[in-house]
Amino acid sequence: MSTDLTTTADQIDEDGLEALIGDRALTRDDHKNAPGFVIRPDEVQSVLFDLRDQAGFDHLSCVTAQQYDDRYESIYHLKTYDDPTREVSVVVPTPVDEPVSQTAEPVFRSADWAERENFDLVGIQYEDHPDMRRILLPETWQGHPLGLDYDQDKPQVVKFAQHANPLEADQHDTESDTMFLNIGPHHPATHGVLHVKAVLDGETVVDVEPDIGYLHRCEEQMCEQGTYRHQIMPYPDRWDYVSAGILNEWAYARAAEDLADLEVPEYAQVIRTMSAELCRIAAHMLALGTFALDVYGDFTAIFQYAFRDREVVQDILEDLTGQRLMFNYFRLGGVVWDLPEPREEFFEKTRDFLDELPAKVAEYDDLLTGNEIFQLRCVGTGILEPEVAKQYGCTGPTARGSGIDVDLRRDDPYGYYEHLEWDVITEDGCDNYSRVLVRMQEVEQSAKIIEQCIDLLEEWPEDEREIQSNVPRTLKPPADTETYKAVEAAKGELGIYIRADGTDKPGRFKIRSPCFHNLSALPEMVEGEYIPDLIASLGSLDIVLGEVDR
Amino acid sequence: MSNEPRQSIYDSTGPVTDTRDARMGEGVDDRFNSKLREAFGSQPFILTKFDQFMNWVRGSSMFMLQFGIACCSIEMIHTYAIKHDLDRFGAGVPRASPRQADVIIVPGTIVSKFGPRMKRVYDQMPEPKFVIGMGSCTISGGPFQEGYNVVKGAEEIIPVDIHVPGCPPRPEALVYGVAKLQERVANGETAPVVVKPYELEQFGDLPRDELVQKLADQIDEDDLVMRYNWADSP
Ligand code: SF4
Repeated sequence: MSTDLTTTADQIDEDGLEALIGDRALTRDDHKNAPGFVIRPDEVQSVLFDLRDQAGFDHLSCVTAQQYDDRYESIYHLKTYDDPTREVSVVVPTPVDEPVSQTAEPVFRSADWAERENFDLVGIQYEDHPDMRRILLPETWQGHPLGLDYDQDKPQVVKFAQHANPLEADQHDTESDTMFLNIGPHHPATHGVLHVKAVLDGETVVDVEPDIGYLHRCEEQMCEQGTYRHQIMPYPDRWDYVSAGILNEWAYARAAEDLADLEVPEYAQVIRTMSAELCRIAAHMLALGTFALDVYGDFTAIFQYAFRDREVVQDILEDLTGQRLMFNYFRLGGVVWDLPEPREEFFEKTRDFLDELPAKVAEYDDLLTGNEIFQLRCVGTGILEPEVAKQYGCTGPTARGSGIDVDLRRDDPYGYYEHLEWDVITEDGCDNYSRVLVRMQEVEQSAKIIEQCIDLLEEWPEDEREIQSNVPRTLKPPADTETYKAVEAAKGELGIYIRADGTDKPGRFKIRSPCFHNLSALPEMVEGEYIPDLIASLGSLDIVLGEVDR
Repeated sequence: MSNEPRQSIYDSTGPVTDTRDARMGEGVDDRFNSKLREAFGSQPFILTKFDQFMNWVRGSSMFMLQFGIACCSIEMIHTYAIKHDLDRFGAGVPRASPRQADVIIVPGTIVSKFGPRMKRVYDQMPEPKFVIGMGSCTISGGPFQEGYNVVKGAEEIIPVDIHVPGCPPRPEALVYGVAKLQERVANGETAPVVVKPYELEQFGDLPRDELVQKLADQIDEDDLVMRYNWADSP
């Protein structure tokens, strides 16, 4: 599949892009999903500025870094929020002995963390980057693990650092009455092992810095060591692990199917769509339950209700996949097996769940969104303006809560979504409350999708139930095919970049995690607000550390 | 007044007594005749050793630490929550502070950056303390065993009493693990404290190899550090 950029009045097609970049482009390096332009490392900013301001590419979706034998390479995957199928890649090679490249941070704020990660794992230096430190690994780490010459067996020393006051250097005098507060990495409100360094002035947050990497499980390395066909699929389940496994599996399946040009039978697409939406419901339920726990310590009612409903979903998914949490249900070219027999029972169970859902949602509305205390805590706090959200590369419910109308299920259709009736939910409040509302309504939309899928599956003629297409036993996509594909996961755009190197394992496997970018916007949301709003904002971002750190 | 029970009371409880007798069948009710009762006759005293009593108490009222790391913690929350309800077994109230907890369930992958923090949390718990390792990750590193950053099992850092295998273990499995731990605690068995390969040490005390030399000017001599020797790790 090559690019099909449509030409309209305000859009620039491929030739237009070529003209825009002009002779700053050294050569072309097209990827399967988008045209790619190779540029010099000192022209990153000028090219990206032009692409952003003149061609409308306002979404820096992902920054991949990798090392070849003769060079390092950073790839900027650009998209537009309006139409995510308009894509372009900017490839920046740097020499092995001096991997220095200009930073893209002034153009897109989301490049800040992304480039830090590339520095940390691959070892490319970004010139003029405001804060070129390690982000995932401990500061004292020696070497860059995804580089080619990394020796995994050498010893490492990890510091148990004293927590210094980050303001100390410049503002420490007897007058200064700020207070430094560590939240996490072991803290009930951080949803896992996040460490937030906050500086408070009274109760107001002056400065906040999320410190991540406490769950960096080398997911990319693991995926690079696995074979396409079977060994990679179990890992996606473990990125966003709040039962959103199937959504993540789809991200990998989509990228790999695009890479190897695999077809997926329609019947399997319907099953995929249905199971993915079940996962989305489970994931959003957890977000609701823990958010209630965060904002008013509700461990007894809403939290338990949310878990009651999750149990039902998990039961259905267990019937389907055999597992409660780590489903491992997709295969390249389809799904692993058909619906469980007897099918009627499965349909009935799912329908029962869907029938009861509206009453439950009404209950949540009563308890949560209609609750005055809750509204006091959430309305108007944690404001994330749409322009800021775009700068930071926010996607998913976080972006939709800021009124950005983006949903890859609709805008870059995959699976069976195009043929179904459903709506993309947006709310304009830009605050914590809107993000919760978006999630609650998405649960209803997912239910609608599932219902239609069930209808389809029930009617499906028995001899056309094809669950997998013909996939070669060992997949070896041709060397140097590269692709970047994303799906709408529970938290937003979950993208996978794969470069094939001619073997049955990926040469580079890069995960673009929605939580990672959503979390990077946290300082914008909470600085100047009260400390309890920090907790609420963190909860409303709904991050999962497994996906932030990977 | 005689010593006979008053007729009105005696009669009114009659049906209950009759039903009970009928249910029990012939003979004495031996449900109440424990070994202890036999030994002591009908004296209303139970004698036990104080530490046995304490062990029984400990086992029956465990306070868990609210400690989530990775995917396994989702199943752990499910174990606490509705349906599985760990509280039925006297172990269901998670405490947010390690200073109030007896048991730490380690639910997930431990990576180099988190290792020292986990050790610190464990050290803050009051004695006696118990550790349940949940999931393959706490046994060996699980699916991520080959990762450059993953500690190969919780046992590298803290001693573990009970391992619950699975990826993730089902809530039932965790409940079983907790019950097993309670059993062990009530019997007075505790885990032998193993000497761990990785302790928090002062940086200044580490042998001066190349790496330590290299970091020497970046790290304060008194700083606590943890040293990972991936090659020698199991
Ligand atoms: S054992 Fe499996 S489920 Fe548990 S933390 Fe490790 S990878 Fe996740």
